[in-house]
Amino acid sequence: MTNIMVIAGKEFKSYLASPIAYIVISVFLVFTGAFFSLVYPFNTFTYIETSIRGFLQPASIIVLLLGPLLAMRLLAEERKLGTIELLMTSPVRDSEVILGKFLGSVGVFLVMLVVTLYYPTMLFIFGDPDPGPIGTGYLGIFLLGCVSLAVGLFGSSLTSNQIVAAVVSGGILLALWFIATAAQYLPQALANTINYFSLSGYFPDFMRGIIDTRGIIYYLSITALFLFLAIHSLENSRWS
Amino acid sequence: MIEVKNLTKYYGKRLAVDNISFKVEKGAIVGFLGPNAAGKTTTMRILTGFLAPTTGEVKVAGYDILTQSLEARRLIGYLPESVPLYTDMTVHGYLEFLARIRGVPSDSLRSRVDEVVEVCHLEEYYDVLIGKLSKGFRQRVGVAQAIVHEPEVLILDEPTIGIDPIQIASTRQLIRELGKERTVLISTHILPEVSMICEHVIIIHEGKIVAEDNIENLSSLISGSRRVRLEVQGSTEQIAERLRQIKGVSRVSYQDPNFIVEYPASLDLRSKIIDAVTQGGFALLSLESMEMSLEDIFLKLTTEEETEEVNG
Repeated sequence: MTNIMVIAGKEFKSYLASPIAYIVISVFLVFTGAFFSLVYPFNTFTYIETSIRGFLQPASIIVLLLGPLLAMRLLAEERKLGTIELLMTSPVRDSEVILGKFLGSVGVFLVMLVVTLYYPTMLFIFGDPDPGPIGTGYLGIFLLGCVSLAVGLFGSSLTSNQIVAAVVSGGILLALWFIATAAQYLPQALANTINYFSLSGYFPDFMRGIIDTRGIIYYLSITALFLFLAIHSLENSRWS
Repeated sequence: MIEVKNLTKYYGKRLAVDNISFKVEKGAIVGFLGPNAAGKTTTMRILTGFLAPTTGEVKVAGYDILTQSLEARRLIGYLPESVPLYTDMTVHGYLEFLARIRGVPSDSLRSRVDEVVEVCHLEEYYDVLIGKLSKGFRQRVGVAQAIVHEPEVLILDEPTIGIDPIQIASTRQLIRELGKERTVLISTHILPEVSMICEHVIIIHEGKIVAEDNIENLSSLISGSRRVRLEVQGSTEQIAERLRQIKGVSRVSYQDPNFIVEYPASLDLRSKIIDAVTQGGFALLSLESMEMSLEDIFLKLTTEEETEEVNG
């Protein structure tokens, strides 16, 4: 456990020392802020609802795309610099390396989410929003972020090229997100099964304030699956 | 301390290490000598657990590098050939991170880092980003990370490559000192370096061990015979004959336009050679000592040296 935290801490600090985290956070804030304010135009006070749905919906897509950008350096850069050789010859398990790196990137993602808390804060100051959907909305976006970072880390474990890592993991995520759209052209039974694996299928419930354990379990399983694949890919590189 | 048995490594279909076995005794400084692409780096990567062998067994202090990997890795300090560094970290941040993941307890972390910084003369660069250091200092940081957790075994892959001569000398000095209380395996393709640092030498060529002995026994091989190259004006046969008659000369060969005279390292025949040439009425145009190169050693070990012999 200490090894994981040491690696996570190191990754978190590396993010703060490099421009990528600031750029990703800025892009996220610009877009979500724009969407948030477009849903509540300042010239009218007749908004329909005091919720953060206007921010969550676009945020989910942005998180999906920014996760690979945040995670792409995690292992690809180590391979490029050769520092992977130090990590893999130190007395730490490959799983500790992967989990540490994952947690480090989740830490940065949490910082990003914490900064967005001023959207709901404004709602609480100027209105009377229902805290339920806001809470579950944040839970959903957090879980989606974990999925996105885990897939990104897996992509990063495959190559020493960060661009390739980001493109591969971005592709996997988009496929998982839009799989439901494709499934509607298939026979009903098959479509139902495929829908079960769709990242986007569970997200609306979180925005509505519904805690569906299936959704939570699905997001956590996908996260765990790709972390497992990343560990496997790291282990595999010893046998090349 | 290190035990390698029938180690073989294939990269796909390419054979990199071909069934090698050797032992490194506790406290020894062993040189791993070979030309580029001989299999040195691959062997070291397997010893440190970075790569898995295709077949064969590696034990460090009795721990199998595959099945008891963490225990074995805990005992090893490793400097890879590329000197990998996190360029966005400061010298002390980098050393502290590696010390921690190698199990240095947090209460002695500071003192350990301070100690290796002092040993490697990095005090002035304590808070400097590694990316801003010159190549020589990066090398020192690399050595520092290898010893920060006080490993019993040090594995250094070409530690003097790519740094300037003054830094090479200080790095060698440092390795000798580190070797006083540790087992050290150091790879190099520089021949004199081995005799300067090591007590024992393993010579590897094309994935195979071609010689393994202590430095005294190998020194006859490495520096046992001395060679001079001379250019002389006159009849090749007559000159060769005169040179061959000098007492102590073991071999005379002719590589146009030079004669190469070989004699035991215990003798210095240079003045006698000059006398022999000039007294024979020939004009000596040049004379120089030849260093025995690594290639020469390999030629000696792997094939019969074939230079054009002068007839007679």
